[in-house]
Amino acid sequence: MTEKIFRVNMTDLTTSVEAVPAAWAGHGGRGLTSTIVAAEVEPTCHPLGPKNKLVFAPGLLSGTIAANSGRLSVGGKSPLTGTIKESNAGGTSAQFLARCGCKALIIEGQPKGDVWYSLAVTPQGVTISQEKELIGKGNFAVAETLANRLPGKLGLITIGSAGEMRMASANISVKDPDGGLRSHGRGGLGAVMGSKKVKFISIDPQDGKVEIADTEKFKEANRAFAKALVDHPVSKALGQYGTNVLVNIINESGGLPTKNFTLGQFDGHEKISGETMHDTINLRGGKVKHNCHPGCVIQCSQIYNDASGKKLTSGFEYESIWAMGADCCVDNLDQIAEADRLMDDIGIDTIETSVAMGVAMEAGVLPFGDGAGILRILQEDIAKGTPLGRIIGNGAGSVGRAFGVTRVPVVKNQAIPAYDPRSIKGMGITYATSTQGADHTMGYTIATNILGVGGSVNPLVKEGQVELSRNLQIATAAIDSTGMCLFIAFAALDDATCLPALIDLINARFGIALTGDDVVNLGKYILKTERAFNTAAGFTNVDDRLPEFFYTEPVPPHNVVFDFSGEEIDTFWNF
Amino acid sequence: MQLTVKLFAFFRDGRFKEEGREYPAGTKVGEIVADLGIDPDEVGVVMINSLQSSLKATVAEGDNLAIFPVIGGG
Repeated sequence: MTEKIFRVNMTDLTTSVEAVPAAWAGHGGRGLTSTIVAAEVEPTCHPLGPKNKLVFAPGLLSGTIAANSGRLSVGGKSPLTGTIKESNAGGTSAQFLARCGCKALIIEGQPKGDVWYSLAVTPQGVTISQEKELIGKGNFAVAETLANRLPGKLGLITIGSAGEMRMASANISVKDPDGGLRSHGRGGLGAVMGSKKVKFISIDPQDGKVEIADTEKFKEANRAFAKALVDHPVSKALGQYGTNVLVNIINESGGLPTKNFTLGQFDGHEKISGETMHDTINLRGGKVKHNCHPGCVIQCSQIYNDASGKKLTSGFEYESIWAMGADCCVDNLDQIAEADRLMDDIGIDTIETSVAMGVAMEAGVLPFGDGAGILRILQEDIAKGTPLGRIIGNGAGSVGRAFGVTRVPVVKNQAIPAYDPRSIKGMGITYATSTQGADHTMGYTIATNILGVGGSVNPLVKEGQVELSRNLQIATAAIDSTGMCLFIAFAALDDATCLPALIDLINARFGIALTGDDVVNLGKYILKTERAFNTAAGFTNVDDRLPEFFYTEPVPPHNVVFDFSGEEIDTFWNF
Repeated sequence: MQLTVKLFAFFRDGRFKEEGREYPAGTKVGEIVADLGIDPDEVGVVMINSLQSSLKATVAEGDNLAIFPVIGGG
């Protein structure tokens, strides 16, 4: 099936199917969303106005049988950061969009009035329908209602009440193979979808298939690639403990931000750890392993049941557990799981919202450790859009401004996630220089700073951190274009057969001859394209800095500050 | 000498989470790993007193030794 650009204009409620411009042909995933946003969105536009666009793009390998290739990218200008944004998630929609022949889905314009719509994507194009029944409903109600209303197993992309209310930390949620939800979490693109009055997008690939230029070579490369993934010990540990295996090791390193970033270790770490979670899941008849999209061979997701054996949440991630747990001093994993489920339903970023709760705790809105209070605010304030709910739902920076708090862990107004940049300095460089605000996935130096994957760079010294973050950010931008889950990077960093097999997959898919250098150049191009957008939007190198308190408040147990000068940070861009 | 040994993930299976243990002065981490019946090839990360270390390092009285298998996440 020939790939096309599917375009939806919400101002005049028209749709079109267009040929792929030559300049976009070699791109997929993040590379494509950032290329399109840079080409078509005015950098100075209001993110929630008619000039912003929301761009969905499956990766270059999505919709094929390639292992772990089911990530969907969504891009636009972020209402949280004001920068360009790409967020990617699992679920089935990337694979289904690719099978529709949809290289990218561009949603532009904005309807007048208060009428809501849904979009239906098939290989023939997109149709727009008015939607009434599901407005104001949570994501789980949307998924359940549509499972009855629409025939067949369709892909589903939806926003909850946070997106409808255009909160700056609203998710875009994607249905997984079992009716659970995965989230495009960071940067509030759910608010952009809400600003365009699109409640949900269904995707029906019918009998559409992705064309493979050389089927035999593709299968051969996929065997080698999947073997490299399965053989790597990190993949095995991810399947057994999920990403939450990190609580104990990051705590041990002294880099687990605790009590709104005032401490580096949490007394309750064992109670919220991956080891405890693993035992609890087994005890209650949940599932330790679960895949967020068909074809995943790592299976880091899980089904976490409550004490009565009923499913409470899935895709229960380290960063969410850290944020609600250590950062808010809540040591009750069941309360954290309940909050995770509520945030999936409301459709709001678990990292941003929980860090915002930590800042609210510092402001005295509720005490540290008050898990019940967090659940109450999620249900009574954020889901209903009270003034307090909107302040918290607009993120950690919003809470800091509303309550006059100075210890606000954000970069470019996006909350810093689960690794303290003072005691794990490589992450500080990534947070500062990322084109999209503080985001650990942009250049995950934890691999090399803490986990001993891809070599070793001491987390407490400055030497080597800028280069490490740069190399990882370039590689990540390229991986984010393939549709591959970022967790392939652990195998790619250690196993010499992994990356060549991935390149062979792309070459066999398209009948081309990319080299390793081409992939590196792709990563560099993406970072520079994104930075150019931000520069045109008004950002400068002075925005590539951490909040003041990281330079002045030593964090125990190592009692260190973030000590990079601005000039040292700026050398990141020397490539 | 006395030190605290902490184990993580599947290294705990059939062993312990945390124990005070006695070793002769000058013991290396690798010797403790062997003493615990852990395959050194499975060891991903060693920390002594929250600082990155290695199997070759020597432990001292009162040290806090943490031994992790190869793990990841993010």
